Amino acid sequence: MKKLLSIFAVVAFAFSAHAGTLDDVKNRGFLKCGVTTGLAGFAAPDDSGEWAGLDADMCRAVAVAVFGDRSKVEFITTTGKSRFPTLASGEVDMLARNTTWTISRDVNLGFEFVGVNFYDGQGFMVPSALGVSSATELDGATVCIQTGTTTELNLADFFRLNGISYEALPIETNDEGKENLFAGRCDVYTTDASGLSSTRAAASNPDKWVVLPEIISKEPLGPLVRHGDHQWGDVVRWSLNAMIIAEELGITSENVDAQTSSNVPEVLRLLGVEGNYGEMLELSNDWAYQIIKQIGNYSESYEANVGPDTPLEIARGLNALWTQGGILYAPPFR
Amino acid sequence: MNEMNEVRKPPVATTGIIGWFRINLFFNWTNSLITLFVIYCLYQFIPWILDWTIFSADFKYNYLGEQITNQEMCSRNLDPENGGACWAVIYVRFYQFIYGFYPKVEVWRVNIAYAMLALALLPLLYAKLPYRKYFLYFTYIFPVIAYFLLNGGLGFTEVSTNKWGGLLVTLVLGCTGIALAFPIGIMLALGRRSKLPVISMMCTLFIEFIRGVPLITLLFFGMVMLPLFLPEGIDMDGLVRVLVAVTLFQSAYMAEVIRGGLQAIPPGQYEAAKSLGMSYWRMNLLIILPQAIRISIPPIVNTSIGLFKDTTLVIIVGILDLLGIGRGTLADTNWLGLSYEIYFFVSLVFFIFTFGMSRYSLYLEKKLKTGINMGAD
Repeated sequence: MKKLLSIFAVVAFAFSAHAGTLDDVKNRGFLKCGVTTGLAGFAAPDDSGEWAGLDADMCRAVAVAVFGDRSKVEFITTTGKSRFPTLASGEVDMLARNTTWTISRDVNLGFEFVGVNFYDGQGFMVPSALGVSSATELDGATVCIQTGTTTELNLADFFRLNGISYEALPIETNDEGKENLFAGRCDVYTTDASGLSSTRAAASNPDKWVVLPEIISKEPLGPLVRHGDHQWGDVVRWSLNAMIIAEELGITSENVDAQTSSNVPEVLRLLGVEGNYGEMLELSNDWAYQIIKQIGNYSESYEANVGPDTPLEIARGLNALWTQGGILYAPPFR
Repeated sequence: MNEMNEVRKPPVATTGIIGWFRINLFFNWTNSLITLFVIYCLYQFIPWILDWTIFSADFKYNYLGEQITNQEMCSRNLDPENGGACWAVIYVRFYQFIYGFYPKVEVWRVNIAYAMLALALLPLLYAKLPYRKYFLYFTYIFPVIAYFLLNGGLGFTEVSTNKWGGLLVTLVLGCTGIALAFPIGIMLALGRRSKLPVISMMCTLFIEFIRGVPLITLLFFGMVMLPLFLPEGIDMDGLVRVLVAVTLFQSAYMAEVIRGGLQAIPPGQYEAAKSLGMSYWRMNLLIILPQAIRISIPPIVNTSIGLFKDTTLVIIVGILDLLGIGRGTLADTNWLGLSYEIYFFVSLVFFIFTFGMSRYSLYLEKKLKTGINMGAD
């Protein structure tokens, strides 16, 4: 299947290799951005039909960078299976679809991951009544596990490594896992930590469930573009970086206007008061200013969509800035 | 002598309400036992489901009288002891369920299209309609009108199919698939029975290939590979690609259903038609097909209902139909955990449509008396 996909990717790429994506997007007048069909906190339609979430914000940030207008984006829904062919065939300009950055996707499928907008990892959720504080105490537990995923393999590895046993209860969808866990048919539910948080938020009494501290896999999720169009890759990469740097520099959508008269050189460079970084990217010079003004910095987007004040209650953890105990780190803006 | 005068007991009632009960529900002891068991189950189930769906449910306001805007405000989440379903999510999201992301200022076009669909179906469903002929003309041009109305052009602003969703997509896929598959299926069925080897082989190959792969595979084929076959620069709309796949799938099944009907027609009918000097097409159009389709009504409706439900698979290729919108709603942090309400609503809508289709087929069967054996036997 993967080989087949990569053949599609190559063929489709040969068909769509023409002028730069940035020019295409500008000529079209709006950005086409691939998102999920609905994942809590990352991309889901709100009551008025607008897409909201961390990934949706990523799409909007790129639209703002190119057009200075957060509404100049069309969201194309893709599933786990259709996302790569859709990007390869040029039907979307970029994907921001909670996609894990792996070597085979980066190299073999012919895509370019431009950064990481969420560090996820596989975790465990148990009823708090079980009185377990670490996954290593789960000897003999019944685990609800989505079959045919990498989570299944990670789980087997983890239990073998710790010399403990488990009984697997195979499930197909997140909903099924939720129902089985809530009904007590399994003691543990394991999937990506962000997925666990949304499952927990959906419970009638979220306090009855705890997410254990162990994270047993690396799932860096980030936006990606097609191989070979570096100019466009740069635009997407630096749209993400601008949001992270803005948080680092303490620039928010509230104070961005005041910051244009700051005396910190990097702030002035980022906001386009000094230097010609916008021109280098073939964007307007205030592109980063507009992103921060219209979308906010990374922290604002995080807090609004997945942070502790939302029903998902995902702590910053790995996604905090490198200066604050996380691993979020953007190259310098100069 | 005495024996003659002995008073006989009245016969067991077989008419009236009591008689009906006796015959249908308490005919013998196994029958009675099953009846009692079913009554017990219904007694357990019906009050509970009524309570959950209606009496204890929130519709727009929760039990405190506040308007519900997210799942935390649902009565059953505020107070687990109190409250059934939280229908507010359907109320708030109703627009999306019916129209998807269609722009609000243009939504009158969808409403007109829905109304025109009903009008176009009327002469097909009801044969005694006055001026039926003129209504039928309208039915034939309806797809063209609907195309411009929904998609844009002819002075209407264009609304890309990417913004369509919910019931709109389900109906477009279902109606187009069923309507197009019918003539294609007839041609394939006739082709497969043709005496010309090339035609019959091609039709057989097509039917067997399509029936041999799952609909999901065809959807992927339409989504991923179809654009590769098209010349560069021609951009085929995503929904159209899915429509092509759905139509191919349905026509292969329809062809086999109709072929079944064709094979049930006694050879005498063919011979009689030929002896009257009818051409192949006249024979099929006037003699064979009307009979074949008449006896195929139940399986035709069966596959049509199947297709209507199968359209939910389009979520695999990223098109949000009625079920897809429901899932998208479940992914909104405001409405997490309301899966019972949403799936209940979606299944209810599907049930209304599929049940309507099956009742209509019963009505047709009765009208056309398909139960009566026909032909020369």
